[in-house]
Amino acid sequence: MDATTPHADAARPVLEGPDIARVLTRIAHEIVERAKGADDVVLLGIPTRGVFLARRLAEKLQQITGRAIPVGSLDITMYRDDLRLRPARALARTEIPGDGLDGRLVVLVDDVLFSGRTIRAALDALGDLGRPRAVQLAVLVDRGHRELPIRADYVGKNLPTSLREAVKVQLTEEDGRDAVLLGLRETAPADGGDHRPAAPAGER
Amino acid sequence: MMRHLISAADLTRDEAVLILDTAEEMARVADRPIKKLPTLRGRTVVNLFFEDSTRTRISFEAAEKRLSADVINFSAKGSSVSKGESLKDTAQTLEAMGVDAVVIRHGASGAPYRLATSGWIDAAVINAGDGTHQHPTQALLDAFTMRRRLVGRDTGLGRDLAGKRITIVGDVLHSRVARSNVDLLHTLGAEVTLVAPPTLVPVGVTSWPCEVSYDLDAVLPKSDAVMMLRVQRERMNAAFFPTEREYSRRYGLDGDRLARMPEHAVVMHPGPMVRGMEITAEVADSPRCTVIEQVANGVSIRMAVLYLLLGGNEPATTHARTEESK
Amino acid sequence: MSMNKILIRGARVLGGEAQDVLIEGETIAATGTGLTDPDATVVPAEGQILLPGLVDLHTHLREPGREDSETVLTGTRAAASGGFTSVFAMANTFPVADTAGVVEQVYRLGQESGYCDVQPIGAVTVGLEGTQLAELGAMHESAAGVTVFSDDGKCVHDAVIMRRALEYVKAFGGVVAQHAQEPRLTEGAQMNEGTVSAELGLGGWPAVAEESIVARDVLLAEHVGSRVHICHLSTAGSVEIVRWAKSRGIDVTAEVTPHHLLLTDELVRSYDPVYKVNPPLRTERDVRALREALADGTIDIVATDHAPHPHEDKDCEWAAAAMGMVGLETALSVVQRTMVETGLLDWAGVADRMSFAPARIGRATGHGRPVSAGEPANLTLVDPAYRGTVDPAGFASRSRNTPYRGRELPGRVTHTFLRGRATLMDGKLA
Repeated sequence: MDATTPHADAARPVLEGPDIARVLTRIAHEIVERAKGADDVVLLGIPTRGVFLARRLAEKLQQITGRAIPVGSLDITMYRDDLRLRPARALARTEIPGDGLDGRLVVLVDDVLFSGRTIRAALDALGDLGRPRAVQLAVLVDRGHRELPIRADYVGKNLPTSLREAVKVQLTEEDGRDAVLLGLRETAPADGGDHRPAAPAGER
Repeated sequence: MMRHLISAADLTRDEAVLILDTAEEMARVADRPIKKLPTLRGRTVVNLFFEDSTRTRISFEAAEKRLSADVINFSAKGSSVSKGESLKDTAQTLEAMGVDAVVIRHGASGAPYRLATSGWIDAAVINAGDGTHQHPTQALLDAFTMRRRLVGRDTGLGRDLAGKRITIVGDVLHSRVARSNVDLLHTLGAEVTLVAPPTLVPVGVTSWPCEVSYDLDAVLPKSDAVMMLRVQRERMNAAFFPTEREYSRRYGLDGDRLARMPEHAVVMHPGPMVRGMEITAEVADSPRCTVIEQVANGVSIRMAVLYLLLGGNEPATTHARTEESK
Repeated sequence: MSMNKILIRGARVLGGEAQDVLIEGETIAATGTGLTDPDATVVPAEGQILLPGLVDLHTHLREPGREDSETVLTGTRAAASGGFTSVFAMANTFPVADTAGVVEQVYRLGQESGYCDVQPIGAVTVGLEGTQLAELGAMHESAAGVTVFSDDGKCVHDAVIMRRALEYVKAFGGVVAQHAQEPRLTEGAQMNEGTVSAELGLGGWPAVAEESIVARDVLLAEHVGSRVHICHLSTAGSVEIVRWAKSRGIDVTAEVTPHHLLLTDELVRSYDPVYKVNPPLRTERDVRALREALADGTIDIVATDHAPHPHEDKDCEWAAAAMGMVGLETALSVVQRTMVETGLLDWAGVADRMSFAPARIGRATGHGRPVSAGEPANLTLVDPAYRGTVDPAGFASRSRNTPYRGRELPGRVTHTFLRGRATLMDGKLA
């Protein structure tokens, strides 16, 4: 495959900073609309970049509704189905807002939706943390290639890709700038599993 | 990280901090409605105890069960340790059963090292205390407790114990806890002072990365944490010290001595405590004494160690956190 | 059938000029250059060193009682492989060699084996218990003719018993070989006490536990006018005491083992019981002092303390493991590495420390004699240029507990002659 292709150089932006701000605003409005005011919404970002996106969405929701929206993080590492395929990973923070999840509408927030395995793990993790009224999913990019019956409720951009391509999300908080880049994978995709761990952080 | 956890001296600073940070996340599981993670589902862990230690065993067992491992408790006490075959035969039996990890407690120093290096078994070996050698998870839980108390629960993440002054008091000679703590605390940047009667300090202590003092009162005001080691009454019979009374007068921690410690300083004890010997009831029950916290932290630390050794197809690497920084 | 004749051609006798040595029957018939004899089997030995047959004053043959680890036969085969023509068999067998009956049994087994002379050592006290003198005179008068007495494995720690033993054996020119280990200071001891033991959490065996007994016993020997032999000296401090005693004219002799000349307690970090031995491996500083003392004669001899143990007694955790190492088949190589290649001893010195002196101390008749016409043909031929890796699978000993497995050591014994008969020929046992 194109193992030698320098993906960073070859990558082209598909969303720039202003685009990202615009789609997050749109998603915030959709959440308010579908959740009928977002009274009981709790945003849970999936580390690393999903957490920053969740915080940005919470800000926008507060601007729209005038109320503080609980926001937390949900680390799914210990619920992954591919733990045995990689060295043990360092954990990220799981932070559940004070009032908990019971009876709330939990919106999971992640940067890229790909195989769906991360979201499957997140649903398992949620089950151990409480009993939400409903769970929805917001993603910045849906790049297709689902391996599980999972879909997003809120999508910033649908991005048809080939498996040879890599989607890289950059956010100011982590990467110093906002962008979604499409390039070539550094290595061939792994054997049918969730391909995310094969890529460096932020690359999906 | 290496495949086994045999000695606190084997851990690098980054590995130790990774374990402490992971334990912080594990600690949060205890606050959840369902105190269980599916992470080690399908993995089999054997608690192989050649020596009685209910505390350590149930701590490991709780950690293993919270991570959904299959747990086998094997109390080998009473089986012939004097005849060495038992360790090898037991190891090979466990190997045949396909265990993934062996948590071993053994009266003979070096038994876990032998188990890990002799080729008797492929499983990961975690030392739960060997003779007077090492007890690395105890040192880790102590360091975890100190970091929480002296640096802070959240501010401590990613940090070590640089500059903290830790005093370890008591039977250093016979203590695997002291050895493990000296190694780990030094790795984490702390300044360690051992305080004991000269009879209870090993002859070769000069090569250890720590200070030695015979004067508890001189050291206390300069301590951020004081760890009291259990002193067994039987030591008296071997002339390590004259009487219990003299020992506790010179090296025991009472209310007066506690008052001479800095206000932020904490008192630690690996348990079980001998009240009236190395520590008075007043000190043991004071809010500055972290004994109960240490027990709770022990489960988190052991979960972290089990996860980092067994949670992947190979042990964790320390650069993982920088890749996925928080 | 004509008399057995062997012509060793071109060997450097004691490391000196190349010479021929003609053996006829049990004796050396002639030495010189250009010797010929049409009837003799010629052993070409150019470049090799010819030594008097080695004598080991300290061997554990384990028979009777622990035939699973060694027998007189396998032990003497190991001895012949290592170039020894005489070994002194320690008394800590089951039953203990504390009666004329047991020492005669061991002596006879040695004679039957034919590979090496076996001189039994008698126990000093009954059952090695340290409380009651064994029948030292009876053992001396037995067919075994015991002259060396030792409770080796245990120290004769009671000062009065030690004094009496030293005095008593004077009547027949005997010597007490002391295993110097103060028992109270070594309770639970697992290794040398020092920085390594402190780190490993293994019970310490302090140097002072040896030195205090050595000091006491040289003073006792002086007081009662007896000679005393110190087994396996292992510390720099013991060397100083023996040096002082000799300067005072005290009749003390001392031995060092090959392993104490080469190995240190750093090896214990592996927790591999193959390094567990009593007295324990000491420090680099001790090793240096022991080598120097052997070179300057403060330590008189090298003795192997060959201590075979079955595999299961070493294939276990450190504390449960038996103490001791096999040594007969590697002794000369270790001495070459530590003493000859370091320039501390020449081959004549090796002949003294491993043959002349031990034979003299143990009164081993016919051994430790000069390589000259008329002497018994007890000889050892060494190829000093040989380089090989120690492979215990090739040992003649029944046990494999060598600390040198996989280690490269110089030199190799090619031939051993016991009274003119080759017990080892071209590296192969007869």
